[in-house]
Amino acid sequence: MSSHPQLLVHDHKDNVGVVVVEGLKAGTDMLCVVTHDNSSFRLTANDDVPIGHKIALSDVSSGDTAVKYGEDIGRFKADVKKGSHVHVHNLKTNRW
Amino acid sequence: MPINTNRKFQGYRRENGRVGVRNHVVILPVDDISNAACEAVANNIKGTLALPHAYGRLQFGADLDLHFRTMIGTGSNPNVAACIVVGIEPGWTQKIADGIAETGKPVAAFSIEQNGDLKTIMDVSRKAKEMVQWATELQRTECDVSELWVSTKCGESDTTTGLGSCPTVGNMYDKLIPEGIYGVFGETSEITGAEHICKERAVDAEVGERWYKMWKAYQDDVIFAHATNDLSESQPTKGNIEGGLSTIEEKALGNLEKIGRECKFIDILEPAEAPQKGNGLYFMDTSSAAAECVTLMAAAGYVIHTFPTGQGNVIGNPIVPVVKITANPRTVRTMSEHVDVDVSGILRRDMTIDQAGDALIENIMRTANGRMTAAEALGHREFVMTKLYRSA
Repeated sequence: MSSHPQLLVHDHKDNVGVVVVEGLKAGTDMLCVVTHDNSSFRLTANDDVPIGHKIALSDVSSGDTAVKYGEDIGRFKADVKKGSHVHVHNLKTNRW
Repeated sequence: MPINTNRKFQGYRRENGRVGVRNHVVILPVDDISNAACEAVANNIKGTLALPHAYGRLQFGADLDLHFRTMIGTGSNPNVAACIVVGIEPGWTQKIADGIAETGKPVAAFSIEQNGDLKTIMDVSRKAKEMVQWATELQRTECDVSELWVSTKCGESDTTTGLGSCPTVGNMYDKLIPEGIYGVFGETSEITGAEHICKERAVDAEVGERWYKMWKAYQDDVIFAHATNDLSESQPTKGNIEGGLSTIEEKALGNLEKIGRECKFIDILEPAEAPQKGNGLYFMDTSSAAAECVTLMAAAGYVIHTFPTGQGNVIGNPIVPVVKITANPRTVRTMSEHVDVDVSGILRRDMTIDQAGDALIENIMRTANGRMTAAEALGHREFVMTKLYRSA
């Protein structure tokens, strides 16, 4: 198994992480690294997710706040399962 | 271990003491209808550079002030050895030439009315030949890194810019601002979602309050006054969304990684305004459109631009070398000819941000010594004036 992570997380407060490899397939047992302190954990991807796109780190509900960099980046507009793809189909800005 | 401990480079010291890293002879049109003559001169006289653009007629008020500031600032940039200003009429042409002449560099002004394009092209070509032969004899001399003015703005951002290329620029500023360089960041609309963090990065509460008022005015007077939908197709852009950015807040937090961990900004600049408070980091009130922003920062006197990109923005600038940094391995794989500094190792966790910052500094020093950037070699010369509102 590669020692390179498939998912990077900025901060321990975050509930989303970023896929950093091309061609990630559903079912992949991902090595996830928190860049803040280089700690790691594992998570299984539920979907095929393109490089750069996000994955939920826990089950979230519609209306919950999405957290990345330890900061509010918008609100979920659908329930999302841990390990599933997070993007404009289920996440919306609070600003406009 | 630092890659470059001897931070000297060979640059062009200009008449006013500023240091340039390029040695352009610019043929500068005052207005859209003088582009043709300028481009004809640049075709006649090798080693000269015309800067065609779309504006300069019937502008007024703050928009006209910005036009003059951008024109004068561009000609005054230390990367420009000498400049010829060409306009349809002599009034505004001379005003711009006089502004550039304050630097002490060779400047000439020519106008087209009562001469026609052909006589103007002949007269300007003779002067341009003289200037280019003079400029090409100028020698580079040893300069210190503290004499560099380095700007930054990112483009075609994605989630990898916040993870890799923007923190790389931030690390460079954390290392070089204390050594005495001038820095600048901007992109007012793209701070939205991180404004509370940006305000805290002002050097003191007064600057922070001024910054917040400027940001809020942009929100109210530009965004909300002109929005016809929720901007979801403009900010983030389609390219940003393809790259995984979902909201403006997420984009802004990544964007702000460009100012590192330690730097504080000491003043807020109007578009194209030269810094007045000495060395350090500045914020400039700019659009987030890449070519507009880089053109404004060049007009403020910055001589090298650092440009983090995720999905692969290919921008360059005619007078300022634009150094592209990316952490996205797909962009490195598919668009390598545009990449100056590959920091994709950050995503693989086999390169630290500190190492990436050193790699960028090494590239900046090589660029300052004269090495062409990818954008220069590929001929990218985007020169885009910012227009504030319709002309009279």
